[in-house]
Amino acid sequence: MSDKPLNLSEERIAYLDGLVRHARAAAAVFHQFTQEDVDRIVKPMVLAGLEQAQYLARLAVEETKIGVMEDKAIKNMVATEFVYNYVKDKKTVGVIREYPERRLVEVAEPIGVIFSLTPITNPTSTVLFKCIMGIKTRNAVIFSPHPSASKCCFEAVRIMNEMAVQHGAPEGVFSCLQDHTLDDNRYLMRHKDIGLIDATGGPGAVKAAYSSGKPALGVGAGNTPVYIEKSADIPMAVVDIITSKTFDNGTICASEQTVVIDDEIWDKVLDQFASLGAHICNEKETEILSRTVIDPKTGFMQPMAVGQKASNIAKFVGISVNPKTKLLITPITGVGPDHPLSAEKLFPVLSVYRAKSVDEALKVCIDVNHNGGLGHTAVVFSNNEEVIRKYGEVINAGRIIVNSPGSIGALGGVYNDMVPTFSFGCGTGGGNSTMDNVNVFHYLNIKRVARRTQAHMWFRVPNQIYFNMNATENLRNFPSRSTLIITNAPLEAIGHVDAVKRCIPPETPVRVTIIPDAEPDIKIIRQGVEALNFYKADQIIALGGGSVIDAAKIMKLQYEFPEADLEELAAPFLDIRKRVVQYPTEKTNHARLIAISTTSGTGSEVTPFAVMTDKEHGFKVTLADYSLTPDVAIVDPQFVMSMPKGLTVDTGVDCLTHALEAGVSIFASPYTDSNAMMAIRLVFRYLPVAYENPRDEEARTMMHNAACIAAIAFSNASVGVNHALAHAFGARFRVPHGRANALMLTHVMAYNAAVPTKFMPSPNQRAYVAHKKYAMMADLLGLGGHTVEEKVENLITATGQLLDQLKVPRSIAELGISREDFEKAIPELAKIAFDDPSWRSNPRMPLVNEIVELFWAAYYGRGTKAVATEGAKTTKTQKMVAV
Amino acid sequence: MTTLMDWQRIDGERLATVLKEQREKLGEQSGDVMLDFSGVARIDPAGLLAVEELADEAHKKSVKVVLRGVNVGIYKVLKLAGLTSRFSFVN
Repeated sequence: MSDKPLNLSEERIAYLDGLVRHARAAAAVFHQFTQEDVDRIVKPMVLAGLEQAQYLARLAVEETKIGVMEDKAIKNMVATEFVYNYVKDKKTVGVIREYPERRLVEVAEPIGVIFSLTPITNPTSTVLFKCIMGIKTRNAVIFSPHPSASKCCFEAVRIMNEMAVQHGAPEGVFSCLQDHTLDDNRYLMRHKDIGLIDATGGPGAVKAAYSSGKPALGVGAGNTPVYIEKSADIPMAVVDIITSKTFDNGTICASEQTVVIDDEIWDKVLDQFASLGAHICNEKETEILSRTVIDPKTGFMQPMAVGQKASNIAKFVGISVNPKTKLLITPITGVGPDHPLSAEKLFPVLSVYRAKSVDEALKVCIDVNHNGGLGHTAVVFSNNEEVIRKYGEVINAGRIIVNSPGSIGALGGVYNDMVPTFSFGCGTGGGNSTMDNVNVFHYLNIKRVARRTQAHMWFRVPNQIYFNMNATENLRNFPSRSTLIITNAPLEAIGHVDAVKRCIPPETPVRVTIIPDAEPDIKIIRQGVEALNFYKADQIIALGGGSVIDAAKIMKLQYEFPEADLEELAAPFLDIRKRVVQYPTEKTNHARLIAISTTSGTGSEVTPFAVMTDKEHGFKVTLADYSLTPDVAIVDPQFVMSMPKGLTVDTGVDCLTHALEAGVSIFASPYTDSNAMMAIRLVFRYLPVAYENPRDEEARTMMHNAACIAAIAFSNASVGVNHALAHAFGARFRVPHGRANALMLTHVMAYNAAVPTKFMPSPNQRAYVAHKKYAMMADLLGLGGHTVEEKVENLITATGQLLDQLKVPRSIAELGISREDFEKAIPELAKIAFDDPSWRSNPRMPLVNEIVELFWAAYYGRGTKAVATEGAKTTKTQKMVAV
Repeated sequence: MTTLMDWQRIDGERLATVLKEQREKLGEQSGDVMLDFSGVARIDPAGLLAVEELADEAHKKSVKVVLRGVNVGIYKVLKLAGLTSRFSFVN
């Protein structure tokens, strides 16, 4: 928009301000109207427009000297009847759309005052169209018609305004500038009370609208390419093009400009044009037209030709044609400044180009499209679906009209089911904010009322779980043609493999693969997959602790899906249901995985997780997907009766941590709570017994069950920040996972029970409940306490006492790690812990400084109260969430 | 302290006329002018113009105008017309 000062008198400014004030008041009052109120006004307006269609068309032609009265009358009727037909049942007031399944409601908010520029080419039809849209959307509109069409537009506005007010619209809803200048437009475009500029017109008006700094709909020039492909219905194509290009003498900006014709049908098409009244220009006539109807300086069409009859244009430039000539056809050999007739021509001069191939034709159409027609309209005549598809892909146009006339087709509602309009959005290619056929919904602010939704939750477990002493005997129920047992050497040595073999039906061929007793490496996985392929196994039995079962899960994954890229499958995700990388589903071998756990901690026999390292390439992947969950879990305590004390403690505390974290997870549900709570109860009751008396069968059985049901809980609710800390710390200082968890546990519980610095977004929870969940656990354990705060305190104390009873070190310092070494490691530990996905289900979002404080709390240990409030450096007990 | 008697109840059917009368009386008595809009369900352009003119006159005469019982719909109309800052509102 020009920065030069406005040349407006004070009186003129007062007049313009008055128009806006009046319109603003009308728009404000209009806000009270209901859908029924506005619909009651729209219908008589439409009828008035239809009644006055011919009268307004005549006025327009008389004033502008452009176009054809009969066609303008039709345009006025389309602008009223067809637009009405589209809008009559549309909701534009209050709630306009509802999506119950998404719990979303859309509500209309009017814009207020719209400043509307209308063109010389379609003056009254554009006014009628915009008046109907204005009323339907409860907006006031101030019109600024093209100066050479101001009288007919003023009359159109008057008729619409009179009818609207007569039927209840507020006074001042429509107004129209007269004898106005560009400075009037500039002033109004920047007026504070104008909500939207809707500029339909030439590039200048559109550019001014967009440059004003106001929200604008600016829709303008085009340059419509047409492709007649050899499979097209030629008679139909030619009639459609003539109908369209001569409609109102070619003033609709969507009308055809350059027709690209396949070589094979060139003669036939031109003969058809000639037979229906078109004049095919020779080389000389084409040259004359190219320098007369197009301005050689600007490359744009000459205004004197716009909307004139073909015979008049010919006469004016000195070409002799039959007076009944409908169209002047000018063959061209290229597109661009060297071929002036390849530009937009809003008059009945149509360029044609002979293409040797589909490829060439498409390229020329692209050239025309980019020669001033980006985003506007394009046409294709073809019966070849592939050509139509390709055309739609390569041409950048908001309206790609197939086997129908461009101008009338683009208006919508006549030849197709597009939205009827008199304003064509051209997208960013045309410098516009929309590519749509502008309609009532562009005259509205659409508000979304979004109700809280609850994410769908899940509870997934293995198909079958067998538990209690000698549950392995259930293996007899699983027929197999080839079974591979995956285990490690110590378990084979103590006879566990034989115990399993004895339960497999004798006719089943059974092989054993021994893997190292350590986190599985990719090499081991590959060897296992080779063995599975070699034996064509249809049953895999994983016998071991977490490492063995994890290895078997990954072997099965690779066995079923040889193309699976493990590193890619380990890509991070926030919500397992929305993950970017999906696991494959089409299995190759349909093998069954049976997991028999020999420790009472990880619960890997029921979890969808597996960890693996690639020592060669130096990375570790954590895989998580429910497809990794074993098909059958056997929780048989016979395999844990001989677990050493240290392992009993480490795995038992790991199990407790799983249950505590799943219990307060943001993904916790009644399904996971029932498992988590029972696991906590079992651990408190039986872990000390199993520790003191390892051969106590009941204690071992219950701890084995506890590990499994805690794993069921965290498989579905996930874990929390305790695991994030333990992963980072355990890996850095080579501390077993269960012990690392234990060192963090009481501090994390106090942290989660406190008022969070940052809450985790958790749509399924209506309040912060971690402290109440801990209190519930305390109640379950019968720990006493009258308030939530007391109960949480009691649970933390009881947990500390349990860990003391199990002789778990009270602090990281007790492990012999010096303060200096720990301090050096802290920044990296905090970084790794923050990157760990485990905390993403923690009830409280851990800030990095809080992670650091938790590490320090664990370093100094239980008994020195933890603190993790933001910025705090002392070690006072945190303030509990108010109950 | 205001009493029930202080409030001028506005007849919604005669909004423009009543407000015009109120405007003409502005400044005749000391103190705030208190208008009860609880009987006004909807406002038309003439009514809105009358509200605006009342605000202009009150500003000129430094009189504070308090509106009571303005329904949400009318409050939004006054907001859209830029008039809410020119009155005090009580529910």
